[in-house]
Amino acid sequence: MSPEITPNLVAEHGLTNEEYQRILKALGRAPNPTELGIFSVMWSEHCSYKSSKRWLRLLPTEAPWVIQGPGENAGVIDIGDGLAAVFKIESHNHPSFIEPYQGAATGVGGILRDVFTMGARPIANLNALRFGAPDHPKTRHLVGGVVAGIGGYGNCMGIPTVGGEVNFHPAYNGNILVNAMTVGVARADKIFYARAAGVGNPVVYVGAKTGRDGIHGATMASAEFNSDSEEKRPTVQVGDPFTEKLLLEACLELMATDAIVAIQDMGAAGLTSSSVEMAGKGGMGIELELDRVPMRETGMTPYELMLSESQERMLMVLKPEAREKARAIFEKWELDFAEIGRLTDTGRLVLRMGGATVADIPLAPLVNEAPLYDRPRAAPPAPRPFGATGLQPLTDPKSALLKLLGSPDLCSRRWIWEQYDHMVGADTMQRPGGDAAVVRVHGTQKALAMTTDCTPRYCFADPKIGGAQAVAEAWRNLVAVGAKPLAVTNNLNFGNPERPEIMGQLAGCIEGMAEACRALDFPVISGNVSLYNETEGKAILPTPVIGGVGLLEPGARMATVAFKEAGHLLLLVGDSRGHLGQSLFLRELHGREDGPPPPLDLQAERRNGEFVRAQIAAGRVAACHDVSDGGLLVALAEMAMAGGIGAELEGLNAPPAALAGLLFGEDQARYVLEVAEGDAEPLAQEAARKGVPLRRLGRVGSDALTLPGGHLISVAEMRRVHEAGLPALMGAA
Amino acid sequence: MKAAVIVFPGSNCDRDVAVALEQASGRKPVMVWHREGDFEQVDLVVLPGGFAYGDYLRVGAMAAHSPVMREVKRRAERGVPTLGICNGFQVLTEAGLLPGALMRNASLQFVCKDVHCRIETGQSLYTSAFASGETVRWPVGHHDGNYFADRNTLDRLEGEGRIAFRYAEPDGSLTEGANPNGSARNIAGIFNETKSVLGLMPHPERLADSALGGTDGTRFFKGLVEALR
Repeated sequence: MSPEITPNLVAEHGLTNEEYQRILKALGRAPNPTELGIFSVMWSEHCSYKSSKRWLRLLPTEAPWVIQGPGENAGVIDIGDGLAAVFKIESHNHPSFIEPYQGAATGVGGILRDVFTMGARPIANLNALRFGAPDHPKTRHLVGGVVAGIGGYGNCMGIPTVGGEVNFHPAYNGNILVNAMTVGVARADKIFYARAAGVGNPVVYVGAKTGRDGIHGATMASAEFNSDSEEKRPTVQVGDPFTEKLLLEACLELMATDAIVAIQDMGAAGLTSSSVEMAGKGGMGIELELDRVPMRETGMTPYELMLSESQERMLMVLKPEAREKARAIFEKWELDFAEIGRLTDTGRLVLRMGGATVADIPLAPLVNEAPLYDRPRAAPPAPRPFGATGLQPLTDPKSALLKLLGSPDLCSRRWIWEQYDHMVGADTMQRPGGDAAVVRVHGTQKALAMTTDCTPRYCFADPKIGGAQAVAEAWRNLVAVGAKPLAVTNNLNFGNPERPEIMGQLAGCIEGMAEACRALDFPVISGNVSLYNETEGKAILPTPVIGGVGLLEPGARMATVAFKEAGHLLLLVGDSRGHLGQSLFLRELHGREDGPPPPLDLQAERRNGEFVRAQIAAGRVAACHDVSDGGLLVALAEMAMAGGIGAELEGLNAPPAALAGLLFGEDQARYVLEVAEGDAEPLAQEAARKGVPLRRLGRVGSDALTLPGGHLISVAEMRRVHEAGLPALMGAA
Repeated sequence: MKAAVIVFPGSNCDRDVAVALEQASGRKPVMVWHREGDFEQVDLVVLPGGFAYGDYLRVGAMAAHSPVMREVKRRAERGVPTLGICNGFQVLTEAGLLPGALMRNASLQFVCKDVHCRIETGQSLYTSAFASGETVRWPVGHHDGNYFADRNTLDRLEGEGRIAFRYAEPDGSLTEGANPNGSARNIAGIFNETKSVLGLMPHPERLADSALGGTDGTRFFKGLVEALR
């Protein structure tokens, strides 16, 4: 060990002794501190996927419409007519817990860069948020800060934030989840990659200057939290959405020319990962003159420059003859433009500063020989079968429904999405609050449907079913607006993988996801893994968030959840078995979180979904809503509140002991359809032909939901309770 | 009708308003970059929504002093119709072309939603397509839309018929609940003395297409184009 590198320093960099030995072997000598820092971030869990890679390989990533699968800044799919959709989701969990506004804001900034780096103009943002118990002392502060941060960044950038999901659960008290997703559109023949080529080509740094913020963000994201973590506030980056807006416009202007050979944003591990990944993917070497890096502060060391996670920066390899053209564009947008190095054929990363070589690392081991672990795992205990023992027969469906509609996980998210500009761009066809957001592809008849989904309580009870269900629900949400689901991005949020039970959850969820993705022709094209989501040994619920994207053509054919017209029939697609295990009804009304999650029949899922999509395309569906959290009566209530009309639900008949299951059971693969009288017959014939279960629920009409037995729940009262939930939680009511 | 849309670094509704103007007039507006000291003769100058220069100082304060604004002011003072939407309204007040200021929303939060606006006067080139007193549905999306002016100024604006729009219930009644940002007297938009300059916080360009759920914005732009023909 060199005198500078102590075992303590190695440990502080999150490296094990075995990993350090690998570094010695790769270099053939001891590293200096800069080199140690570079290895530590490249081999961090965040950058190397060392615990998850073995499992990620199970996921299907190919389909005829996939242009680029995982491994690039974002995934790319073909949406026809020479256009492509580019999207990815990424976590910013730990920074957001420490500094909610900046943590969330820079999470949005980072994912936006991942998408426009590929040559796409971002058209929409989504997010998936998890907070602790509503009454936990930190929750209100965290919700307020995260929501303001997401809005603050996206609103200023002029990218509409159109969808997302939010859950509350005590398992997130010490470790919230902030996952941000961006969807962009590019020309399919103008996608930009991070693969460097051309010995001697200039390496150019553009965007904001480098400061000391965010050093070791990637390493922080790869370690557990403890009570001192809030003192890590200085490692949280500070966002500047205005600079990012300029960077977006400048990059897209340059991308319209043919100046760029390769481009990569400086996200986690900043200059290190961007330079190493570009050179590594191209099988090249790279030399950087660190004195030329635009700096915000004086006296920065090579270590700080390479590990800073200052935001709004890009690294690109240009064609030499395009230098001046490129410089002029960045000067027009008043951004730094600095040629800081060149590509070589040495296969090495060489850094110089002040006339001295400050690092010299062979790239192959740095990129390809990161340790991979097949960590021991323990299969989670099978959930005990759910027994309805102790559940009194449901006698008051009205108060049960109202309680659910006002509960933290089901109440209206309006308080949140009104803080997001969800209309800028003037292409938002379906705003937040429906099953999926729908955003028109500018200047065309096409539209993209998008959603984020996960039901962590299902994943905790049975990881495999939970993983599959997250995929199925995302698929179902896209189908419910009439879109053809095309591909997903995923954000795997789990606890410490060095604990076998966490690895069991991770492996189980991925197996379930893989199965569902295959069954539904719904490949994974990008993603992010966030492990070590624990504080003081308490792990979050396993939360594999699925971001799904589908195509609607023409967009005008989309369905919405709102009831449209009195007299229309209401039909339920799919089987109801009254599954109450892990339901919100059980949790909110009986304080129980037990039993297995609802079983998933992927064949039925596909059959029912394809039927629904075909009926929407045929113009037979006036409104459509999938049945998920809270079950059938909650779905109907949501449709009534959106449309401002009630319904007579004479079809919701069951013996007292089975009533709760019928109204609030969370059986999968179900949709409620509103259909005009004249369309009901052909729709029913088609359902019979396809073997799709169809049940008549009642008719749209009046100003209340009317259940058999004379239970009457007014739309106005439902709305009042539903809208009051979140403002009350946030202390705004 | 030929329009110019001024583009500041940080503008982000420039494309949206250009699309709405083109749909209403059949003519693409010219997009004018903030550093240009001069631009071609046009019938209408539009300052779009967004976050000019990041709005890191007071909203609109930096943009009001950009090179292009000297020319915009000169033309507005000569009577060239000038429309500021959202951030554009903020810039117009900072540039002194309209009185008052847009302060932080009373909720302290960004607000994005549809609101109803009552047309206070149909007697202007911007509102001739509407009847005085009718209401329209337009979206807002801002953090700083809380219109403020001293009482004398507000009285004068009212007395001179220079309040263009007020936030209202769908039936036209003025309530606190209809006001999304705490604006004085529910003011959503105002004119200069000659009614050639209009600033408004709502975004008519965001509901100017039935595919987006409304066309009250189309009426605004069509009426304006008609009046300028």
